[in-house]
Amino acid sequence: MALLDIKNLHASVAGNDILKGINLTINPGEVHAIMGPNGSGKSTLSNVLAGNEIYEKTEGEILFDGKNLDDLVAHERARAGLFLAFQYPIEIPGISNMYFLKAAVNAGREYRGEEQLDAMDFIDLIEEKKNVMNLRDDLLERAVNSGFSGGEKKRNEIFQMAMLEPKLGILDETDSGLDIDALRIVSDGVNALRSPERSFLLITHYQRLLDYIVPDFVHVMVHGKIVKTGGKELALELENEGYASWVGEEGP
Amino acid sequence: MKIEDENSFDGLTDKEYKYGFVTDIESDSLPPGLDENVVREISRRKEEPEWLTEWRVKAYHHWTTLEPPTWAKVEFPPIDYQALSYYSAPKQKIDAPKSLDEVDPELLETYKKLGIPLGEQEVLAGVATVAVDAVFDSVSVATTFKKNLEELGIIFGSFSDAVKDHPELVKQYLGTVVPYKDNYYATLNSAVFSDGSFCYIPKGVRCPMELSTYFRINAANTGQFERTLLIADEGAYVSYLEGCTAPQRDENQLHAAVVELVAHKDAQIKYSTVQNWYPGDKEGKGGIYNFVTKRGHCRGDNSKISWTQVETGSAITWKYPSCILKGDNSVGEFYSVAVTNNMQQADTGTKMIHIGKNTSSTIISKGISAGKAQNAYRGMVKVAETAENARNFSQCDSMLIGDRCGAHTFPYIDINNPTAQVEHEATTTKIGEDQIFYCNQRGLDTEEAVGLIVNGFCKEVFKELPMEFAVEAQKLLGITLEGSVG
Ligand SMILES: Nc1ncnc2c1ncn2[C@@H]1O[C@H](COP(=O)(O)OP(=O)(O)OP(=O)(O)O)[C@@H](O)[C@H]1O
Ligand SMILES: [Mg+2]
Repeated sequence: MALLDIKNLHASVAGNDILKGINLTINPGEVHAIMGPNGSGKSTLSNVLAGNEIYEKTEGEILFDGKNLDDLVAHERARAGLFLAFQYPIEIPGISNMYFLKAAVNAGREYRGEEQLDAMDFIDLIEEKKNVMNLRDDLLERAVNSGFSGGEKKRNEIFQMAMLEPKLGILDETDSGLDIDALRIVSDGVNALRSPERSFLLITHYQRLLDYIVPDFVHVMVHGKIVKTGGKELALELENEGYASWVGEEGP
Repeated sequence: MKIEDENSFDGLTDKEYKYGFVTDIESDSLPPGLDENVVREISRRKEEPEWLTEWRVKAYHHWTTLEPPTWAKVEFPPIDYQALSYYSAPKQKIDAPKSLDEVDPELLETYKKLGIPLGEQEVLAGVATVAVDAVFDSVSVATTFKKNLEELGIIFGSFSDAVKDHPELVKQYLGTVVPYKDNYYATLNSAVFSDGSFCYIPKGVRCPMELSTYFRINAANTGQFERTLLIADEGAYVSYLEGCTAPQRDENQLHAAVVELVAHKDAQIKYSTVQNWYPGDKEGKGGIYNFVTKRGHCRGDNSKISWTQVETGSAITWKYPSCILKGDNSVGEFYSVAVTNNMQQADTGTKMIHIGKNTSSTIISKGISAGKAQNAYRGMVKVAETAENARNFSQCDSMLIGDRCGAHTFPYIDINNPTAQVEHEATTTKIGEDQIFYCNQRGLDTEEAVGLIVNGFCKEVFKELPMEFAVEAQKLLGITLEGSVG
């Protein structure tokens, strides 16, 4: 069974139709990449999947892990194993990164009928994951993303993903704004999470990320539609030729 | 690394104001209306000495010359003081109960619903670190632990009992911190106050348990005017808790209390309040008008008074717990969380008046508004000429949830001695839908998310509260902000 099955998805935001019939199937263990010009609807797709209510799904069907996503609100989707690493991570004042994560991890565990982690177990988990992501201690104690640099925020997103161990990780331009070392660390973090059950959807503008995290499929999104699908070599093609041959075929 | 284990949103599912029940007890009330005869009648029923009757009458006459204050940032229709009843006692009080067995079981049931450990059973069951004086409508009903406290020479009980048993103490201190001419509501209170709590901690005694008062307004159309007087003699220490609830009604109800604290040399008073009066419904109908005057007097050198308050209820809160720092090296503290949701209005803050040398004060104020609520911080730091080396640190943080509410800060600073060091910091944060969605995306539901953010914001104040109160305060915050986002 597919982990994620999107059929003829249409969605709008602020009265504008953005997604115009997306079809996409992701099987367990697969890594898919979506590339496409600015404004083509990539973040819209990730927000619709995550259940951001600003975005309105107008047509189509999304099945995630056998469940119809229409039946689940955002926090239920998250607990069911859908994770979104935000293109622009949000700052949450007043609550420490650690405490936030503990609440999030335990919310997921409760959903799955697992025992709550106590403080000691949680610290052990943090220690294990933190080393993989090379995250500084002070970032754990500071309020979520507050005053983090752009790169620190991105790294924190992947750290959170590692802590939450989702079934599907959607990474919306996680590579943008990362320095070369950080890109490597983040990619290693993602690769460490790859498993036959876990899938990823990588949204990126740069072929380089895909050298580190090698995708099974690459899709090109233009004007709210997937216009081409191929293997990892498609990314190289795009890097050389750009989107010129697709853009302009259809007005925005 | 540190992990905070402050997980207490069990109460979140109680959607409605959960203290909104009315107790069916016959009460012995005066008919509505206020004049000199009513004032004298209250005093007569309470069998007060003449000096107290005359003090009330003086206050009443002064009150008739006053106009209600209009400077606070709150709006409400004029109150018809003639439509209120100024005295309501549960009937059985006429023969006051001598022990808990004699207390009306229905009253005890009420306290049980409020979660007050009043009955013997609960006391035995180990809630045994809190002595409670419960004020029901206008009279103080029962005091637990009276005996244990008496052995230490501590006097703790109803104000009325203190007037009978320790008139010299009451006479010596009453009105010395909040004079009867102080302000409109305090003057009214001085004329008609019905009961309240009285506490005296003798020299050198450290009160071994938290002392606590629960106020509950029950009868309709009754004003509640308690008077609390708390004295810590030289070197004494006491921590005092005040909790408040009221049943849900359509009319607004007036609550105008006065609290006076006196700290002598080397004495320390910690006064904590969790205020949860009925706030009115979503349209602002009903709810308590809470117009309270609270003031502490650091009378002796090295004395200290701390106010900690968590204000989540009331339709309108008008309240400025203050410290007069008269003794040299005396310390005043004010820690406050004020939450307003829907149509609630709060204008609250503090006054720190530095008179003695080397006096210092700290103000930490956290205001949270949601819905269409308005929340104002009003603080005054005054340094008199005599106050060499006075210090003050003030921090006023506001949090807005949604974009229809308001937060306002009015700091007043009046420095008359050049050696003073006064610091003021202020911040405003807003919780928006994007933050809530981010939390949702990590698996937290909206109420949890708001709870986490808000509790994080209030941490500095909550840590000043006694443990069991801190937990209750967190729950109340959750309940108050229920449904405020999304
Ligand atoms: N909240 C919003 N309100 C109004 N318009 C929006 C909103 N979110 C997205 N849009 C519009 O939808 C279109 C698609 O935006 P989206 O963010 O999905 O693009 P993208 O493919 O992620 O672009 P980029 O590569 O620049 O991140 C854009 O035209 C954008 O302006
Ligand atoms: Mg985008």
